[in-house]
Amino acid sequence: MTTYSSRKISQRTAFTFLVLATVITVMPVLFIIIYTIVRGGGALSWSFISQFPSQAGRAGGIFPAIIGTFYLMLGTLVFALPIGVLAGIYLTEYARDNWLTRLINLAIVNLAGVPSIVFGLFGLSVFVLSFHFGLSLLAASLTLACQALAMVITTSREALLAVPREFREGSLAIGVTKWQTVRHIVLPQALPGIITGVVLAISRAAGETAPILVVGAAFLLPKLPQSPLDQFMALPYHLYTVSAHVPNMPKETVWGVALVLLIVVLSFDILAAAIRIKTRQRK
Amino acid sequence: MSININVPDISTKLMEECVTKLKAEKVNLYYGSFQALRNITLDIPSCAITAIIGPSGCGKSSMLRLFNRMNDLIHGARMEGKVELDGTPIYDSKIDVVELRKRVGMVFQNPNPFPMSIFENVAYGPKRHGTKGSGELTEIVEKSLRQAVLWDEVKDKLGQSGLALSGGQQQRLCIARVLAVEPEVILMDEPCSALDPVATLKIEDLMRSLATDYTIIIVTHNMQQAARVSDTAAFMMMEQDRAGALVEYGPTAQLFTNPKDKRTEDYITGRFG
Repeated sequence: MTTYSSRKISQRTAFTFLVLATVITVMPVLFIIIYTIVRGGGALSWSFISQFPSQAGRAGGIFPAIIGTFYLMLGTLVFALPIGVLAGIYLTEYARDNWLTRLINLAIVNLAGVPSIVFGLFGLSVFVLSFHFGLSLLAASLTLACQALAMVITTSREALLAVPREFREGSLAIGVTKWQTVRHIVLPQALPGIITGVVLAISRAAGETAPILVVGAAFLLPKLPQSPLDQFMALPYHLYTVSAHVPNMPKETVWGVALVLLIVVLSFDILAAAIRIKTRQRK
Repeated sequence: MSININVPDISTKLMEECVTKLKAEKVNLYYGSFQALRNITLDIPSCAITAIIGPSGCGKSSMLRLFNRMNDLIHGARMEGKVELDGTPIYDSKIDVVELRKRVGMVFQNPNPFPMSIFENVAYGPKRHGTKGSGELTEIVEKSLRQAVLWDEVKDKLGQSGLALSGGQQQRLCIARVLAVEPEVILMDEPCSALDPVATLKIEDLMRSLATDYTIIIVTHNMQQAARVSDTAAFMMMEQDRAGALVEYGPTAQLFTNPKDKRTEDYITGRFG
């Protein structure tokens, strides 16, 4: 009986720690969201999201920063989606399993671990200077796309690998070419997973400050970017500047910017989750 | 050991119509350093159902997949020897594998309809091969489903997902999918092993009805099934190093009633396997 009760105690202890760890994980996330809403909620208004800033961001709105962030997301999507998905298809469906492929996969996984400021410096020296794109939306989109590629490729690969081999064989076994099989059987099956990954990668790119800092983000601009070669404002960079570099900044406005950024990023995460749930129901 | 018989004696068909459809000659198959098949030589007649039987792991499926080069998909697979379809070597570098698989279709152990409608499942092959007209596709779909004896069960729900069908229906759908591209040979890899007895009998009836127009090779671990459906039968076994080898090949009736090899007799009478 003693062994039984001691087993029972260890069972309870383990359970307690597991729950505790989960609570500790969830708490900060909830706390950050609630705290941001409490501190910044009062700043939110139609004029805050629709007007240009004035008095170095102390008054007015953050309209150009919101638009700039959406442009960045769009630009990142345009470059990272096709290249990432095509590379994912090649690596999953076509590349032979040899040392070179394994090396490439390892490199891609490690790409995700490269500090974002390093991507920023890379973008500065390659896109801004060597390619003469200047400090611009284009250079920033390309820089963020490089960073997003790792995640797009990795999630694409996972989604493609999850498609059962039986489907591929069934198609190949009736004289359908490999590309047709990928295009008509594998890709449609993997698409929800790929889209989820892409959306998450883009939402992460939207929150990046360090890389865009050096490749074209500006604090205050009198007008919206007119072309991809113009400089731009962006929410994370705006938040960084108003919270660190503008004296006498109303705290509520700072938290208001944070709240808007949080809403933009979280709404894309929720979109990704919705896609996942919807496609799971359909099956 | 080399076994080579030509066209077996099949009472249901005129001898003159039979030709050697597929031919394997001294085939060795390796997966990396593991030898899966050793010195396989046999002729598959055009006008018959050929069954490949034998204990688990003896290389039956590997042998079947030799004929449509599905083994090519396995990393590290390597083949020696010669395999011919209508006298043309199919492992020749000039051979278009896609074209070969169009002529030699395959049905798998687990029914694997695509996650699309019944209609689209059958129309899939012809569409990929370039059939565009919707009228033509509708015709092909109906014809193939009728041939697969599935038409009456699904004609009112062609738009429904193929995955919503029962296991037996799914397998007949997969057969219809193969028939839609008008192959000459149909390879079946234990097509009934995931099905209940009633569904199994339906597939067997279907195979018999297809046997007049198609060369069929079926891998089965079910000896009763081999005896029921096949005209010729090949018995395979693993050798000491687990490489699959052909033990005996001949008309099914003879293999089952009067086996020449002691090992065949032992297997058939249930002494092992």
